[in-house]
Amino acid sequence: MISARNVSVRLDSRAILDDVSLDVAPGEVLALVGPNGAGKSTLLSVLSGDRKPDSGTVTIDGRDLGGIRHAELARLRAVLTQENTVSFPFRVSEVVAMGRSPWSRSLESRDDVAVVNNALAVTDVAHLGERRFTTLSGGEKARVSLARVLAQHTPVVFLDEPTAALDLRHQEDVMRVARSIAADGRAVVVVLHDLSLAGAYSDRLALIAHGTLDAIGTPSEVLTAERVERVYGLAVDLHDVGGHPVVVPRR
Amino acid sequence: MVAARSVNTTLRGLTLTLTLAALLLGGIVASAVLGQLPVSAAEVGGSLLRSLGIQNAWAPTDSIVESTLWVVRFPRIAMAMVVGAALAVAGAVMQAIFGNPLAEPGVVGVSSGAALGAAIAIVVGVAALGDSAIALFAFVGGLLATLLVYFVSRANGRTEVVTLLLTGIAVNAFAGAGLAFLLFVADSGSREQIVFWQLGSLNGSRWSEVLIVALVTAIGLVAAVVLARPFDLLALGERNARHLGVNVERLRIVSIVIVALLTGVAVAFVGIIAFVGLVVPHAMRMAIGPAHRPLIVASAVGGAVLLVLSDLLARSVVPGGDLPIGLLTSLVGGPFFFYLLFRQRRQSGGWA
Repeated sequence: MISARNVSVRLDSRAILDDVSLDVAPGEVLALVGPNGAGKSTLLSVLSGDRKPDSGTVTIDGRDLGGIRHAELARLRAVLTQENTVSFPFRVSEVVAMGRSPWSRSLESRDDVAVVNNALAVTDVAHLGERRFTTLSGGEKARVSLARVLAQHTPVVFLDEPTAALDLRHQEDVMRVARSIAADGRAVVVVLHDLSLAGAYSDRLALIAHGTLDAIGTPSEVLTAERVERVYGLAVDLHDVGGHPVVVPRR
Repeated sequence: MVAARSVNTTLRGLTLTLTLAALLLGGIVASAVLGQLPVSAAEVGGSLLRSLGIQNAWAPTDSIVESTLWVVRFPRIAMAMVVGAALAVAGAVMQAIFGNPLAEPGVVGVSSGAALGAAIAIVVGVAALGDSAIALFAFVGGLLATLLVYFVSRANGRTEVVTLLLTGIAVNAFAGAGLAFLLFVADSGSREQIVFWQLGSLNGSRWSEVLIVALVTAIGLVAAVVLARPFDLLALGERNARHLGVNVERLRIVSIVIVALLTGVAVAFVGIIAFVGLVVPHAMRMAIGPAHRPLIVASAVGGAVLLVLSDLLARSVVPGGDLPIGLLTSLVGGPFFFYLLFRQRRQSGGWA
């Protein structure tokens, strides 16, 4: 579905991403993990078409991302960014409905109300519908923004650290939502810091280190004590809980 | 829930429409009635009806009354309406693309840029080519000022209040110095006109001028209403708007041209009238919420109401005198701006 080939991004002659190639398949949750500054967010913005790579190509269904118009791209992929502020006091329901705007004047727009209500429900913000976005707490803002991204209902969904501002239960909720998108035959690319969370909910895991793809595969293939120690510079123990790897720093 | 909400929204919209309509009608009639030559409300109504081809008993028989209404008062009222609409819409559009409710043509220097352009037209002598030449120069001056402020004050897709205001100070200072220099080199006739620009006045408005302002305002208003949905999405930030399919670069350029057009044409004929673009969209946002389609339409009407009433005040507060309207709007707008600034500072916990 999305295919990146030999992608490199440089900033002031420093390589942020160096020769990264990966594919995203329909029906999977692909987690991007790695230390701070490794290039995860840059990779996400290249894959989502925000940023043109300095070299290499990114295609969606075989078409070059750079050649697709804004309006059409908005029907192919949705992106949850880390910064979610709203300049004016729009209501929560209005903000979520904005996610439907790429589909205006199309057949899909007849489902607007149902899609918006469903997005409000699965992110547990239906009760906030009448509130002004600007009056919400950080975690509520994050969930409402996720609801807006879900309302866009695209074949590919990018989530940049969707769990950062959330409590334990809502973190699990968000990852369950990601799984249900994948179960729907769509693809999710998610940047995560919590390796255990990534291990529990992703089909495949891409470990980014120093701008390169260090390893990609199933969570148990990628998450080995030796590799995590080498990449993060921290001694860890790996446990198996219900078939999923759980990473615990050695304290 | 959704149904109850839409009833509530409709009710608010209806209340606002009726309020604005009543204020506008009252303001128009009062403006036409009050003045050195007393005219009755019945005569005003009768004269208007007669102009529509309906003969009636109220219409004034005195030709002096008739010409006072049609040569002096009506064009002035019409000018107040179109200029008010132009400035309020320019303010709403500016706030949308700056992502900041404090952006306003007067505050950030677009108006003084336009005034400088108009003054240059006069001093250089192209004003002799007609009203449109002044308007064109004012438009170019306003456009340059808007572009400058926009590209200097934006960082990461948003505008911080401090940067915006500092840029405004610089642009206003530069345009002020330019105006002062032109005052210095101009002959006495041009000097009077330039002073008139700095304060703003609707005195002496002519139908030919009203027509130009009305035409440009109509174009700007329609363009702004068409772009209302992208403006809504822009409130999510530039990156998010782009993810939702908005061509942000194009929207930006088109919006800057709209702001410069609306501000330029208003300044070219009535001078600098500040704070209309700040006060009106803010009040409308409080009444009907921030969604841009209703907001822009309501701002146009609200701006018309505000300027008709302000002009009425400007020419009746000092008996026999005609205060510059720009002085009046700044007198009210200044403290209001201060209040907004204070509130925003308290909310964000700093001058962010």
